[in-house]
Amino acid sequence: MSGRWAQGLAQLRRYPSAVVGMGLIALLVALSIYTVFAIPYSQALDLWRGGEAWRMHPVNARPVWVDRLAGGDLPRTQVIASDPSLVVSEAFEGGRQKRIELAFDYDSSAFPSELNLFLDARFAEREPFVRMSWHTPDGREIHLGGRRITGKDRVSISQDWNLERRLGLVPHVGLLAEPGNGESPVVHQGRHALVLDAVLFEEDAELDASLAVYGRVHGLAGTDHQRRDLMVALMWGTPIALAFGLLAAVGTTITTLVIAATGVWFGGWVDATIQRLTEVNIILPLLPILVMVGTLYSTSIWVMLGVVIALGIFSAGIKMYRAMLLPIREAPYVEAARAYGAGHARIILRYMIPRILPVLIPTFVTLIPTFVFLEASLALLGLGDPVLPTWGKVMNDAQAQSALYHGFYYWVLAPAALLMLTGLGFAMLGFALDRVFNPRLRNL
Amino acid sequence: MHGVTGATSPVPRGLWRDIRSMLVFSAKRLLALFLTVLVGVYLTIYIANMGGQVDELRLVQIRGTVGEEVRADPAFFDLPAAERNALIEERVQLEVERLRLDQPFLLRSVDYLQQAIRLDLGRAEQMHSDSGSRQVYDIIVERLPATLLLFGTANLLVFFVSVFVALALSRRYGSPLDRAVIALAPSSAAPAWFYGIFLILIFAFLVPMLPAGGMVQVPPPEGSLAYAASVLRHMALPVLAMFLGSIFISIYSWRTFFLIHSSEDYVEMARVKGLSSGLIQRRYILRPTLSPIITSFALMLIGLWSGAIILEQVFNWPGLGTLLFQAIGHRDTPVIIGSVVIFAYLLAITVFLLDILYAVLDPRVRMEANR
Repeated sequence: MSGRWAQGLAQLRRYPSAVVGMGLIALLVALSIYTVFAIPYSQALDLWRGGEAWRMHPVNARPVWVDRLAGGDLPRTQVIASDPSLVVSEAFEGGRQKRIELAFDYDSSAFPSELNLFLDARFAEREPFVRMSWHTPDGREIHLGGRRITGKDRVSISQDWNLERRLGLVPHVGLLAEPGNGESPVVHQGRHALVLDAVLFEEDAELDASLAVYGRVHGLAGTDHQRRDLMVALMWGTPIALAFGLLAAVGTTITTLVIAATGVWFGGWVDATIQRLTEVNIILPLLPILVMVGTLYSTSIWVMLGVVIALGIFSAGIKMYRAMLLPIREAPYVEAARAYGAGHARIILRYMIPRILPVLIPTFVTLIPTFVFLEASLALLGLGDPVLPTWGKVMNDAQAQSALYHGFYYWVLAPAALLMLTGLGFAMLGFALDRVFNPRLRNL
Repeated sequence: MHGVTGATSPVPRGLWRDIRSMLVFSAKRLLALFLTVLVGVYLTIYIANMGGQVDELRLVQIRGTVGEEVRADPAFFDLPAAERNALIEERVQLEVERLRLDQPFLLRSVDYLQQAIRLDLGRAEQMHSDSGSRQVYDIIVERLPATLLLFGTANLLVFFVSVFVALALSRRYGSPLDRAVIALAPSSAAPAWFYGIFLILIFAFLVPMLPAGGMVQVPPPEGSLAYAASVLRHMALPVLAMFLGSIFISIYSWRTFFLIHSSEDYVEMARVKGLSSGLIQRRYILRPTLSPIITSFALMLIGLWSGAIILEQVFNWPGLGTLLFQAIGHRDTPVIIGSVVIFAYLLAITVFLLDILYAVLDPRVRMEANR
């Protein structure tokens, strides 16, 4: 038996599509293993839940390489934290005065997508007060007003309506624009600074500040509408898709095979029952039932997997396996096994099933992407797992946010490309395996 | 094998025997399929109920809407709280009785089952058809033509194109075109909706020339010719998506079938006899391979019935799939069960036609059945 496998593998190398397919699968498996170690499961779930962890990331930023390939110079995100050595501090009776300068070089020809100031004040009773002003490279000073700090505050400069009215432009454009260009603003390149004049009313009160100048590009994968880095979902989608596809394929194939073999071996009413159940099962529409379970019960990926396997047990494949197993039942070596007293289970599992396994390998391999796409289909219908980051959910988000309409093509194309690679990898290998293990096709 | 004696008997007797055995066979299959549909539909009803969870969900929903109604009605504004609660309770009770939620599920399920089998699908709880009917049957029948139009067109297109291309390819296998099709076959691992997304991206956004979704433009154009043209424009992308999704694999598998069968001894024999290649193709290759071809056609149909939901969703096509999805959103159990029953019937009809065709094409099948 092992000789046959080795022989098959050797033959497989002659097919370029098999080599490419195996390469793709190896790549995906490597990516999965790397992902599982680089971003532990619980951390991935936390990250994907969104929220505070992503506050320094831009909204809907495209991948850096997409922009650079097109010859653009869209800005990356800059986060400027208060540098203690540059803070000028002056004590007075019962408190301190602090001057924090948050300066940064801006050399992109496009405006940032947003400006946020994060303030973190630690004090006992009296809230510190801060006055903000923006210093442009040519020495102009724009006042941004003042405010009390209640603790960890976020100042959304981009959403300051007063400022917008004064500048005549959205703040993150108006503050960085060269003066006097009216409706078509041009970026004023050079060193900009946000200066904070803070008054702390306690001796040991502290104030930290950081300014986020959100860019329009981010990382290899870009970000979504919740500022989440799509890389997390693209990476974690790989092990999830592979695991779902593999488990579903193994689950349905093995159970179907064992049941078909049992039916063939015992014959009579067992076989008849299995046949009738198969016919009922062919009538049951899988996807509507999955959608029903997803909407009414739970969208957990494991529940879905269970339903897929449960409905796949008596799948149409039983008929095919049965036809293959019937002659094997009468084979002399099975008779010999019966003669030496082998039990039913032993004959089914050790004598009948291994005999048809090689023929099933190609079917099995081509079955995997079917389930990968099934999971993506469910996610696309909004029935993806509520907590797991998967490719299908990324596409679902993209569709819900009309990504295509807004021109965020990367948001749809990246998960789609990964899905396509998975599908192609397994399908190419499966097709080649089909030719190796089904000798009748080989000479064609 | 008592068919052996039939070979020497006169033709009319053989024909009569064939018809009779066909009828017996069809009747048996019809009965078996009916029982199958019965069990299938009951299972669906059972699953749709989710072990009573759906009932509780609906009860909460009823309580919510009834409470809202009573509280919003100016006529009950100055009613004391206790009386108002009693009123709400009473109305909830009425609603529960209307939906028969007070009866045990087992009783209701048997009732649902016999109604479903008679295609008396009952009244929808929330949804209604575009013409305003609350009958589930009307709602579904209104959507069925859209699904049949889209999937019928796409399936027939894929079927005939791939059979003819495959026949042509099998005659010159190994040619660059043949190799290209083999190389493209794995692309069918992705379902039709996947290609649909790309097609929408390209033809509706990058090069806006076709509509991204829907079945007819809004408002529908006057005149049946303009209407048909609009529907055709809207159909182009989904049909193309389905075509791309399955054409290469179909060509590939049928080409392989034809190749296997064109290397059979009897085909070689026909060639040696000097028969024309058209005759060889029709009588010696197509005829014996018809049953596998039809099987894969029917299996494709079965697969596409359920694939319909997502493709219709992606293209916003107002068919059965979209209906089912909306029904699930509304938790409208009669509509859910109704559409799944229709799906089950469509599948059963497909399987039945397949069986009959099998029996017509392959005499061994009906002989086997009558043994």
